[in-house]
Amino acid sequence: MCNKTTCDKNNAFQKSRRKVLKGLAAGVGALALPASNASASVWEAFFQKHFRELDKTELQQVLARLEREYSKEFGKDVTVKATPPIEGVKFGYGLDLSRCIGCRRCVYACVEENNQSREPQIQWIRVMQLEKEKGVFLDAAEHYYNPAEVPEKGKFYMPVQCQQCENPPCTKVCPVQATWKENDGIVVVDYNWCIGCRYCMAACPYGARHFNWNKGTLTKDEMNPTTHYLGNRPRPSGVVEKCTFCIQRTREQPGRYPACEEVCPVGARKFGNMLDPKSEIRYLIENKRVFIFKEDLNTQPKFFYFYAT
Amino acid sequence: MNNIWNFFKGTLVLTARGSTAYYCWVGGLAVLMTLGAGAYLVQLNDGLIVTNMRDQVSWGFYISNFTFLVGVAAAAVLLVIPAYVYHWKPIKEIAILGELLAVSAIVMCLMFVTADIGRPDRFWHLIPFVGILNFPQSLLAWDVVVLNLYLSLNLGIAVYYLYNLYYKREPNKKFTTPLLLFSIPAAISIHTVTAFLYNGLAARPFWNASILAPRFLASAFCSGPAFMILVFLLIRRYTRFQIKDEAVQKIAELIAYAMFINLFLLGAEIFKEYYSGTVHLAPMKYLLQGLHGHSALVPWIWTAMIFNFTAFMIFLIPGTRKNNTTLVLGCILIFIGVYIEKGMGLVIPGFIPDVLHEIYEYIPSGTEMLLALGIWATGLFVFTMLLRVAIPILNGDFHVADDGIGFHIGDNMFFLSRADREKRAMKTEENPPAEPSEQP
Repeated sequence: MCNKTTCDKNNAFQKSRRKVLKGLAAGVGALALPASNASASVWEAFFQKHFRELDKTELQQVLARLEREYSKEFGKDVTVKATPPIEGVKFGYGLDLSRCIGCRRCVYACVEENNQSREPQIQWIRVMQLEKEKGVFLDAAEHYYNPAEVPEKGKFYMPVQCQQCENPPCTKVCPVQATWKENDGIVVVDYNWCIGCRYCMAACPYGARHFNWNKGTLTKDEMNPTTHYLGNRPRPSGVVEKCTFCIQRTREQPGRYPACEEVCPVGARKFGNMLDPKSEIRYLIENKRVFIFKEDLNTQPKFFYFYAT
Repeated sequence: MNNIWNFFKGTLVLTARGSTAYYCWVGGLAVLMTLGAGAYLVQLNDGLIVTNMRDQVSWGFYISNFTFLVGVAAAAVLLVIPAYVYHWKPIKEIAILGELLAVSAIVMCLMFVTADIGRPDRFWHLIPFVGILNFPQSLLAWDVVVLNLYLSLNLGIAVYYLYNLYYKREPNKKFTTPLLLFSIPAAISIHTVTAFLYNGLAARPFWNASILAPRFLASAFCSGPAFMILVFLLIRRYTRFQIKDEAVQKIAELIAYAMFINLFLLGAEIFKEYYSGTVHLAPMKYLLQGLHGHSALVPWIWTAMIFNFTAFMIFLIPGTRKNNTTLVLGCILIFIGVYIEKGMGLVIPGFIPDVLHEIYEYIPSGTEMLLALGIWATGLFVFTMLLRVAIPILNGDFHVADDGIGFHIGDNMFFLSRADREKRAMKTEENPPAEPSEQP
């Protein structure tokens, strides 16, 4: 055991040194890197191709490198999968506004599952408190409601997250194709290709995209080691991230429900394969009073709000 | 090849020479550039969290400056049109200065974009074939293409022209004229594309108005030329280069038209939003009146409106337009007015209220302002260096020496001293300048 203060000091020094090196690397790019940081993986990361241009062996190399890096950083065995979409599956999500009580358990379950930065905290789900009298009238929305108990009288709650649009305005605007819609309908980001211009954030009508304004914090204990390349693996500084319908869970066979769906205490959240005529999501789309958010923008969300009662 | 190297060597020697005032000016810019570089290092280390941008307002001061400067760059074309479409001599003599301003403005634009992106180390992803440029889908990809095209076009024309003058050759018109004419649609395209970049986003009703691109062009044709008039007046006062009054007057007249169109389009926009009074009124209300008690931009936008209107009157009334003092005042008012209106006044209300109607008020952080200051200083530095070479060449003070290899520098000061200026004033009084040249 070393003296605690000296240890901290050393750590702080090393940390700041690493930060300076990283800054240099970012600024001068290729030139400053290899000499100051001998690790070959920095090179590999710098020259890594776009996710969709990687062939099988290259992809395996990239995943292995990331697993190595994350395992070292978080001191546990981290897996990074790149499970492709399942044939014949298109995911859809249903949210029962008549049931939601605005408890925000989904918000925090999502943060824990998807390895978001805790400080500053990035949340992929925003729950708005709206007034029953006014309906979905955003100007009266309360974003930071904080009463002792929910639900409050005369209010209803509307969680908003990525609507996984069939016609996504965000992917169209990306200057480097770092974000796209997968075959199962999930809109994903290649965190290693995104240049951080934030044009997609300006284009998204739902505020679903979030930026890593710095590296953020994620402790070893908090880190969820089961990850997907396009989903919840830890994100670098300076890139955009978003909800992926818990791609690391939902694409597996047998799969799991998204964390927000699983945690909901009132069963307001429904999730399933829209191409399966017997699925719950198909039933509610066909039989309940359903609406999609900002329909006039023709984004064609696969996120359906409905009233079950 | 040797010729190019000799020319380059000459320009290096030339830019290193100058009067004390020149050294002070360049030194001052260097200090600001260093401060800006320091701010950028801090930002690279800590991330964009050092700015006051957040998820709600995801573009801020950098992109505001970028947008304004694209306008300044595009406006150089206002000199090219009278010079090369109408062959009007007084402006033809100075059109090259407009091109140099365009070059400097585009350099600043590119720097502001670089400052704004989260991963500047991945800029190579934008290079076609090496990375993936999402062309023609993304308007940002279009912007990358047209801005670089416009930069190379203006730099190419200006350097070719000056290089030939330096070697006392007549520039080949068959080469320059088509390029100059091509620079007209290119200038319009950089600004249209930048407007479309905002315009195409249905999520942001404040930008999603088809009047945006015409408004962009109109305001650009005010701010860019206003800056050019100021530069021209400075150049003709402090250097040996002479610029004719009628050239300045013609530009001022064009500014008056452009400002009229700008104010008209703005009025059309305000009418539509307020009269229809839909939920899409919110951002405009935030800008002009404040929304739910948030009103950070309100004093700024009204300052801009008053400045723009006052300047319009100054440029409209011949008496004040022809008076140098009011002319300068008008130019300064326009420059500041459009800077506010087209910068923060355009970008920020796109995000306030945000898409879920949350209000996050944005004011640039110290780091953002310092970095922006550094980029402005860099742009002015580039412009100064370009002028330092161009003006002596145009004056015949910098050319190849008689041996055909070395260089001749006849202007070691660049900025005239007060004594020189007084001497020149006396001379002009004795021999009044030649009769005004023909009208276009």
